[in-house]
Parts: sequence; structure tokens; C-alpha cells
Amino acid sequence: MKKRLASMAVAAVMAASPVLADLVFPSLSYRTGPYAAGGIPFADGYADYFTLLNERDGGIGGVMTRVLECETGYNTEKGVECYEATKGEGSLVYQPLSTGITYQLIPKVEADGIPLHTMGYGRTSAANGKVFNNVFNYPANYWDGASIAIKHLLEENGGDLSGKKISLVYHNSAYGKEPIRTLEELSGKHGYELTTIAVDHPGQEQKSQWLQIRRERPDYVIMWGWGVMNQVAIQEAANIRFPMENFIGVWWSGSENDVLPAGDGANGYKSLAMHNVGSDFPIYDDLKTYVLDTGKAAGAGDQVGTVLYNRGFYAAMLAAEAVKKAQEIHGEADITPAMMRDGMAALEITEALMEELGMPNFGPAFAVSCENHGGSGQGKIQQWDATAKEWNIISDWIDSDKDVIQPLIMADSEAFAAENNITPACADS
Amino acid sequence: MTDQFLFGVEVVLNGLMAGVLYALVALGFVLIFKASGIFNYAQGVMALFAALTLVGIMEGQVPFAHLINAIFGTDVHYFGWNVPALAAILLTMILMVFFAWAVNHFVMRHLVNQEPIILFMATIGLAYFLEGVGDLMWGSEIKKLDVGLPQGASIWVEENTAFLGSDNFFGFFIDKLDMVAALVAAVLVIALVAFAQYTKQGRAMRAVADDHQAALSVGISLNFIWVLVWSLAGFVALVAGIMWGAKSGVQFSLSLIALKALPVLMLGGFTSIPGAIVGGLIIGVGEKLFEFTIGPMIGGATENWFAYVLALLFLVFRPQGLFGEKIIERV
Repeated sequence: MKKRLASMAVAAVMAASPVLADLVFPSLSYRTGPYAAGGIPFADGYADYFTLLNERDGGIGGVMTRVLECETGYNTEKGVECYEATKGEGSLVYQPLSTGITYQLIPKVEADGIPLHTMGYGRTSAANGKVFNNVFNYPANYWDGASIAIKHLLEENGGDLSGKKISLVYHNSAYGKEPIRTLEELSGKHGYELTTIAVDHPGQEQKSQWLQIRRERPDYVIMWGWGVMNQVAIQEAANIRFPMENFIGVWWSGSENDVLPAGDGANGYKSLAMHNVGSDFPIYDDLKTYVLDTGKAAGAGDQVGTVLYNRGFYAAMLAAEAVKKAQEIHGEADITPAMMRDGMAALEITEALMEELGMPNFGPAFAVSCENHGGSGQGKIQQWDATAKEWNIISDWIDSDKDVIQPLIMADSEAFAAENNITPACADS
Repeated sequence: MTDQFLFGVEVVLNGLMAGVLYALVALGFVLIFKASGIFNYAQGVMALFAALTLVGIMEGQVPFAHLINAIFGTDVHYFGWNVPALAAILLTMILMVFFAWAVNHFVMRHLVNQEPIILFMATIGLAYFLEGVGDLMWGSEIKKLDVGLPQGASIWVEENTAFLGSDNFFGFFIDKLDMVAALVAAVLVIALVAFAQYTKQGRAMRAVADDHQAALSVGISLNFIWVLVWSLAGFVALVAGIMWGAKSGVQFSLSLIALKALPVLMLGGFTSIPGAIVGGLIIGVGEKLFEFTIGPMIGGATENWFAYVLALLFLVFRPQGLFGEKIIERV
């Protein structure tokens, strides 16, 4: 009996003692709830990349990685709970995949000194690293997205959009309203007429909005949607026979989930892309060998190569490269969140690096700095082929209009700094 | 006629069609409330579950595939066959009947004589349970539902009404799916009313709705009636799931269509089948007209909240709803 008690005590002590050093990446995922169809592939891609690094390379710099998944259901309160529950585990960087959760976490991560990466979502003005020391939104943000869409339309119209009518159909939330100011500024610059049309959550019923579009006959429709709003909008656009090639969604309105329910009606629909599409990259061969074939894939392992899987995979790649940079800067393999922030602030993604990683031309080449946490702000345009059921990239990398966006970022971030008594400065290393 | 007037007429027509779709969801609530006094919070999730099951059967998906694969290390997802839509609908209906039996056997019969709030809480639990089972059984990805229903604008209507206005009027837009939904809803209401009025089971159902104890005393089986009512609600959920699922694909958000049914119920009354239809039509037309006329002045996206405002306005004058039974309590 004594022996058994003693062995139980030893086991309890071992369980309570810190685990061996590892690099912890919390994944605030949503595999349940109304946005699960978008959350699952992202979470799978994020987890699979780190599994690949562990299985193939023995982790990063000799230290194994650990993905700490916490289910948020896309619920802001649960997202904050997840943050609080996981930050003590040595979490290196948070990727909440929700603008609502991002806004709640910004003051927390600034206080705790843990980096937050909001890739193509969240608070756009967080691109000003002097105000938001721990928040990064590279490689592109919402305002870049709005500008990229307009630049694409400019290209299609010989550089002149004057007199054209553009409607923005947006999710009636902080997220959906993000591009309005940029589009208004750009409308002043390029002379197009902008109409904004709000769709209430969740967006299951959009008859009024599409009847309005049918009445007003805009030349182009830009969409800022997420979840069921995307599928219904694309179906309604097909119903009113709106020309799909004139319908462009943000990168959160451009996954397979969004177009498949509309069938052939979605053919020609376009969306922004912050990374490449498909699975025709050398790294996916390694993924098959080390992760998929060995049964170590996250989830059902059936999402590989989908748009949102690639996004999660890409986000994990950027996190892993930031770890390598941090290890290089500090000369330590087992890094802290503060070191991770330094790695992220010095991150440089080149085409040569992506090729070396087996991901040639997967994303834009960009460099992060203390001042600029937003990356290059580039994006591509992808178009849906309903027959082949695949997305095709139809443009090269398009630069956003920094002349318009940068002043907006500065104005918004400086207002935030003034409200919160922040003196803009680079973070101490 | 001016174009603006014609656009208004188009909005009313589409409001009527949208109202029918809301009413389809509301009908399920009414059936159960009428027979058992239970406000079934799970009705929206039942529509989701029924639609998920229908697509799963049609595509030959292996139910609980992820669970099976995780436990046994297998890699099965599909049986390799497709089931025709009609057969799949029948099989789904059989499952919904089984679900009705299970709800009654494992939940409701243990709660006989409990307060209505307890029964309501039980249906909240049921909704979350069914949501989880649906995910586990068929997966969370968005599925395309194609049972052969027509979809898109009716070109015939467009072409034959375009002459009414100027060149800026393109004819009335009516979605063919909405027309089918209106037809289905009409048939459904007639069938349900006829069932309740002219069949033995229907009369028994009404007797149970009036007084459980009295119905029991004349030999009506409460268990049978409740299974019957939950089965009918399951059938209505399946129809609603098909109509809404054809628009947006079958996905979790289908369960949220219940939110659209609440103002319809407040307006039409919780106990009237025709009330659900009339309530749906009033809500559909009211919210669409408000969005068309006032919406642009106040930033749009008014439909969700305006439906409730409209229902509340009616409640001020008729607390029991348009067709609901007046509750008189003697003291």
C-alpha cells in the first residue's frame, strides 16, 4: 500500500512539474458553431505545419513545437477565456482568426508582452508597430484589401473608374465596416460612386440587399462577408444574374465553402488572395510523407490544399520563420514571447526563402520592421472555375495604395495612442 | 405606373415569398406547442439535422465516419453510392420519426407534469445535443443540397412584366425556389389542417392540446400523440431545411433560422397553423417594405430588428397573437 502511495505521489509530482521545453503555439480555433466550416481548415493547416516541422526536422532549432488548441466557437468571450487559460503555458504568439477576439486581446497582449498575429484581419492600424508593439498584421490588412480590389478594377478599366458605380455589400459588424473609410477615400481619388449595403448577422436572408443591387445596377460589387453571408450573397448574385466577373470578395469571402453551394452559378466569381492556391507545392509532398500518411494530420486530414487550409499553413510558416529569426537574434533555441516579438519585428520573407521551404511564390516577399508591422500589403486576385471546382490566380501581386492607406493608419493609431496614453516608440529588445 | 411604385410592388412580392419561408420554420414550433405546450427551442436545429441527414444519405456518406476512423484507425468516408432524392427524403423522415420516439422516450415522458419552463430548458439541452450529434454524424463542412428544385429568377415573370415600367424597370424578380416554397407551404398547411380536423389521430392530437388529463381519461395515448407531433414537427423541419438549405448550402447557420420564426410566432400566435402563415406573410412584407423605404435613411440592415418591433407592436393590441387562443384565468 505504501509503495503504491509513493508511486502515486511521484507520478503526481511529475505531472505537476514543468514539461520539457517546447515552443508553444496556441490555436484559438473554432471547430464548432456557425463559422466552423471556415475555422476547421485554418486550424488544420496551422497544426499540420508544426506537426511537419516536428516529424521532419525535430522541431525548430532542435526544440519541439506544441500546438495548444482552444475552442472559441468564434465567440469573443470564449476567445478571451482561451487566451487567459493558455498564456501561462509559455505561449509565443496568438492567432485568433476573429476580429472581435482581436480587439479584446490587443490591450491584454500589450500588457502581457505576448505577440498577436492577425493576418489579414483585426485592427488595421495595428500596422503601426510604434503604437502596437505586440500586434502584427502582415502580410496585408483590410485597407490593403480594399485598395487592391480597386486597383484591380482600375486595371480592368484602363486606369479610369470615373462615373462607375461600385456597391460594397458588407457584414454589419466592426469587421464588415473596416473597408468603408478606405473605399470612400479612394472614391474621392478615382471618381467612382460608392454605395454601401449592410447585411445583418448571420446573413441567411439577403433578398432586400440584392433587389437593391438589381435596381441600382452597379458596375461592380465588392463583398466583405464571412460565413453563411458569403454563400447566400453569391447565390443571390447568381439569381439576379449579376455578372460574376464583376463581383469581388475580400479574402475572407473566397474559399471553396463560399462558392460550392451556388454550383455553376458561382462560375467567374473573384476574390482577393493573400497567398497562393492549391497544393502543387513541394512542401505538400513532405506533408504527405510525414503527416498525412502517418495518420498525424489534424482533424480529418481532408482539407489539404483548400484556400483556408493554405491560410492556416501559411500563418504557421510565418510563425515558424519568426521563431527562427528570434533564435538567431538571441542565440537561444528555447525562446520567450518577448524574443518571439523581436523575431516577428525582424522577419524577412524572401522568394528565395519560400523556395527553400518548398513554398515557391506562396505569399508575397516582405520585411517587417519596428515601425511597419503590416508587411508589404500586397494581394492577388483569384477566380472560381465552377467546372473544375478550383480557384485560379489571375493576377500578379498587386500593391495597395500606400499614399491613401498610410495616412489613415497613422491617424487611427495615433488617436488610439492618445486615448490610451501610449507614447509611440519601438519595443525594447 | 412609376418605376418606384413597381419596385415597391416587387418588394412586397418578395416579402410575401420570404414570409412563406419564415412560416415554414414557425409551423414546427406551432405543432409542438399546440399539442404539448412546449416551446421547442430545438426546432431550428432539427431543420439543420434533417437537412444534414438528407444530404448525407443522398451522397452515401458514412455516418460518424470521423469517430469510426479515430477509434478503429480506418479511413472510411463514403459508401460509394448515391441515393435518389425521394428515397433519401423518405429515409430521413424515418430517422426523424425515430428521433421523435427517442425524444419522447428519453426526455419528455420523464418530465410529464413539470412546469413549462422545465420543458423549455429540456429543449435547449436537446438543441445543443442534436447540434453536436449532427456535427459528429455528418461533419461540419458546408454541403450543397440539390434535390432538383428550380432556382434563380423566373425569366417568364421578368419578361412578361418588364413592359409595365420604363427602361430602368427590368420586370419583377421572383425566385423560382421561393415560388416552389410557397406552393409547398400551402400544401403543407392544408394537409396539416385537414389532418387535425378530419382524422382520428388529428382529433386525438387536438384533444391532448386542450386537456392532457381529459384526453388520458378517454383512452388517448399521450406517448403516441407526442411521438406523432414531434414526428410532424420533424417533417416540417425537413421541409424548411430543404428550402433554406437549397439557398445557402447545408451548414450550421441553418439552425439560426429559428430566430426568423420567433416574431412570426409572436404575431401569428403559438397555437394556430394558419396564424403561422399569416404571421409569416406580415413579417416578410413588413420587414422588406421597411428596409426598402426607411432602411436607406438609417444605414440599412433593419430587417432583423424590425421584425421584432413589428411583432411587439401587434402584441400591444393582441397579446395572444392574431390567431392565438385568448388565455382567461379565473381567480
